[in-house]
Amino acid sequence: MRTRALGWLAGLALLAGLAVAFGYAPREAAQGNVQRIMYLHVPSILTAYLAFGLVLLGSIGYLATRGKAWDRLAASAAELGVLFTGVTIVTGSIWGKPTWGTWWTWDARLTSTAVLFLVYTGYLLLRGMVDEPERRGRYAAVVGIVGAANIPIVHFSVKWWRALHQPSTILGPEPSPIAAPIATALLVNWVAFTLLFVYFLARRIEIARLDDGAVDA
Amino acid sequence: MTAYGRRAWIVLWKDLLTERRSKESLNALFFFSLLLLFLFQFALGPDRERLQAALPGLLWLGFVLAGLLGLGRVFIAERDNDCWEGLLLTPGDKSAIYLGKLLANFVLMTVVEVVLVGLFGVFYNVDLWGVLGPLAVVLFLGTVGLSAVGTLFAAMTAQVRARELLFPVLLLPVQVPVLLATVSATQIVLGGQPLAEAASWLKLLAGADVVYLVIGLLTFEFILDA
Repeated sequence: MRTRALGWLAGLALLAGLAVAFGYAPREAAQGNVQRIMYLHVPSILTAYLAFGLVLLGSIGYLATRGKAWDRLAASAAELGVLFTGVTIVTGSIWGKPTWGTWWTWDARLTSTAVLFLVYTGYLLLRGMVDEPERRGRYAAVVGIVGAANIPIVHFSVKWWRALHQPSTILGPEPSPIAAPIATALLVNWVAFTLLFVYFLARRIEIARLDDGAVDA
Repeated sequence: MTAYGRRAWIVLWKDLLTERRSKESLNALFFFSLLLLFLFQFALGPDRERLQAALPGLLWLGFVLAGLLGLGRVFIAERDNDCWEGLLLTPGDKSAIYLGKLLANFVLMTVVEVVLVGLFGVFYNVDLWGVLGPLAVVLFLGTVGLSAVGTLFAAMTAQVRARELLFPVLLLPVQVPVLLATVSATQIVLGGQPLAEAASWLKLLAGADVVYLVIGLLTFEFILDA
């Protein structure tokens, strides 16, 4: 019941987010209306990072306690993390085409996000290929920890990799500080996405719990 | 020698001895590396300048591909001969086994890399003598990173169906930073610049190596667990 209420709340927040993104936030001067995709793009990646943080938490928790709830948390968060990273990449592509003139470029942030997507897709593939729940939990936890520890390493390597090739960033001059209405719209959407994520997570964990119960029985 | 070091040494010695007598991995890996050289050549065409420009990337692609075949096999002997229990029954800290396997992997990879570098020098007509020292530093740091994660994931995937598929799918994304750093550093080194030019890459590699090693040592017992 509480989960359902959370779902409604998330839905309302998303509607509010849309309203603010289209109604309240001003039309961006340089890019025009296409800039509004930022209100999906930025909250998705923030949510994805939250999800991968929870994967790390669940992984460590599982190895330390062997409690199945930890494993369910890690697994569910990983699925959602991949989902939201996917949303980030797709919205970024759609945003990039009209503004940069290309769907994809090997920019530092794009590349590291894509690597993140691949690492956790591998995590999900591993989970799919190990049948015993206990072993699956252990193996996945190790990959979850390696993946999380790798995030900063990926970040710096990709950043320098691009920096060496092209000193000035393709995004042009430093973006000016975000205007207040845009920041507000971003914040509303971020809260909405986080609520949506928590709702999805609760549902996914519930399914995983029922799944485990069905296997045990 | 402490008991811990001795256990690691025994695993290393056993693996190297088995490899020396059977030559199972090395023979195939040498041949595979040679094949790779030909394939790269066919893919890029005969233009010498293009090949040399792509050389750092090709070199590491070769190592990584050979590594995928070699590293993935390190626990296969234990699995196929039902010796997994033997590993499990080893007294004391299980990370000693990881260390031994890691070193065995490292030795194997290094041998393959040395041969591959030589072949590259001959077939692509690059003078590598002058840069051998700096190149060795890059090779060392990159190989440690590759083996550290490779050994960990190999132990994991040895027990999983579709091992051949899962091992690269898990290892390659994690190794992206190592690949970027080694290719960039190799490019600097092959360009004749001093090693100091690649310092930031080498530091990144060293940092990554330490992170991977620590995680490997800490989590290996959870993988070995029956």
